[in-house]
Amino acid sequence: MTIDAFDLEKAYYFVRTIRRTEEKIAEIYYTDKVKSPVHLSIGQEAIAVGACMALRANDTVFSNYRGHAHYLARGGNLNAMWAELYGKENGLAGGKAGSMHLADLSVNFMPASAIVTSAVSNAVGFALAEKMRNTKNIVMCFHGEGAVDEGVFWESLNFAALKQAPILFVCENNDYAIYSTQAQRMAGSSIAARAHTFGITTSNANGYSSEDVYAATAAAVTSVREGKGPALLEVDTYRWRDHVGPDDDHEFGYRETQHLKDAVAKDDMAMLASKLGTAKAAEVNALVEVELDQALAFAESGDFPDADALMRHAHA
Amino acid sequence: MPETSNTRELNYGEALLEALSQEMALDENVMVMGQGVDDAKGQYGSTLNLHQEFGADRSFDTPIAEESMTGIGVGLALAGMRPVQVHQRMDFLMVCMNQIVNMAAKYHYMSAGAVSVPMVIRASIGRSWGQGPQHSQAPYPFFMHVPGLRVMAPTTPHDAKGGLIAAIRDDNPVIFVEHRMLYANRGLVPEEPFEIEFGKARVLRPGKHITLVGISYTVTDCLRAADLLAEIGVEAEVIDLLSLAPLDSETVLASAAKTGHLIVADNTWAMCGAGAEIIARLAESDLAGKVKVGRMGYAPTTCPTTRCLEDEYYPDPVKVAQTSATLIGADPAALPSQVERREIEEFRGPF
Repeated sequence: MTIDAFDLEKAYYFVRTIRRTEEKIAEIYYTDKVKSPVHLSIGQEAIAVGACMALRANDTVFSNYRGHAHYLARGGNLNAMWAELYGKENGLAGGKAGSMHLADLSVNFMPASAIVTSAVSNAVGFALAEKMRNTKNIVMCFHGEGAVDEGVFWESLNFAALKQAPILFVCENNDYAIYSTQAQRMAGSSIAARAHTFGITTSNANGYSSEDVYAATAAAVTSVREGKGPALLEVDTYRWRDHVGPDDDHEFGYRETQHLKDAVAKDDMAMLASKLGTAKAAEVNALVEVELDQALAFAESGDFPDADALMRHAHA
Repeated sequence: MPETSNTRELNYGEALLEALSQEMALDENVMVMGQGVDDAKGQYGSTLNLHQEFGADRSFDTPIAEESMTGIGVGLALAGMRPVQVHQRMDFLMVCMNQIVNMAAKYHYMSAGAVSVPMVIRASIGRSWGQGPQHSQAPYPFFMHVPGLRVMAPTTPHDAKGGLIAAIRDDNPVIFVEHRMLYANRGLVPEEPFEIEFGKARVLRPGKHITLVGISYTVTDCLRAADLLAEIGVEAEVIDLLSLAPLDSETVLASAAKTGHLIVADNTWAMCGAGAEIIARLAESDLAGKVKVGRMGYAPTTCPTTRCLEDEYYPDPVKVAQTSATLIGADPAALPSQVERREIEEFRGPF
């Protein structure tokens, strides 16, 4: 299988869309129009974008409660996502999901879970079904480094390896489970090294470069699609904002402000913009602002669901 | 019950096996997974040789990793498969609670119907002999409590087959409860595939003085209690609750309206059990104050292992009959004080 060249403009468009969307969420959060917790990916966009660009349309993505970036990078519907954040009828799930449970089968994006690690085994099961049906589709499962604290992560990895399920685990390692560092919680440091002991393919990528993440993901995806079993890609990154909510949390003193400065200095969005050139980047920026304005208008114009929506979908 | 021309008998385990085999033949998405499903015992015969008939991809043993295996079943179901998971003890479902309650029960609603989780979780419950504190529990009320789940507990081989087929074809996650003392029970079972209806209890024996409601194996306690009560001239109506979620309180309340007396013999602790729910619904209905009620269940303590305490711990036909007689103002001392229960007397394990 040949790997397509990295599409710089496309990557910049997605990174910019995610960044501006989440900045806008932070900006309007005080209005309480989003009456629900939000977990922002600002600073982590390169992983979602690089990884999703290496997928095919028929592949399936499992995400988590920090999932805006995954959903948008997957080519999700910005209008419907905003309406969902607003709890409106025209949202992805008519307001039943909110920020933490984004789902959209039109882009094969499965409902995200707000409980750490809980969708990982679901992703393995989905991948096993793809294998049983011999579809050649793969599953991409995003998870944080915190997810591997749970024993069920390793149960799932074992079974995926045992059955050679076509799944790529993308570990977004931002080092923090809320305010606890990986070193405070985990013996040993390399999650990829641990995963490797299950006999699966593992690799690392630079989380500050969507291009590097794309290249590493594309190689892993090729291996998984060729039937060589599961793979795990571990990518270090840095969460610029608080675990939950719109704010910078460095004032709490649990991490150094210098870390943020270092991360900002390596910001993928700025790197992509400079590679793209000022004029082209400005074009993309303008497009993103138009789309964002449209999405907010779409969300604002939607109705709240009727009370009878409460019991709808209680059972299949 | 559906019309059937045949008079063929199967035991409960064979009825489950026939349901699985027929559904696997009809729908290639149906599959079976669980600890020991492909071993020589095949979960009381209920999964025997399915791996040979349908291939090891569709009936396979699993690691001792209940949470992930449940989650993998959920993922298979999200992808359109219809996995049937098998647990040798319902106690083990405590390890699966996150996947059952937080994931399987939630996916359909939180995606506004975009996805569903058509999976069946079979679990064995209850006494045989000496199963003790961690191999005997039947916590079906935990699951009745959660919207998004269905719960079924068939008693007869007929309903084991029709219930399992209904559970497999249902698009919701179904907790399917099987009592160990029922697997050897024989009864008439139609050869063709058929479904029984969720949310419908079954009146097994008509009577006019008192309504006895059983769940799974306590249905047999109630039927035997009805025999004992008949000896003192009391006619008990026996209802097999069968579907626990949705719960058919209408059938139960209609019977209680007729008899004026109601006892629910739970197959678990009475607190927050099916009996508590049924009697609460009765209290909310226009029967409030018009029906004398009683709840029975396991003694409110941990299950002991030694037989003499086990006998104290579980409801049995004599206890049900005595409680019934007392409720209706008959003399419990007039009842026979013993009843034969060969499935318990003859059971020797070792499983």
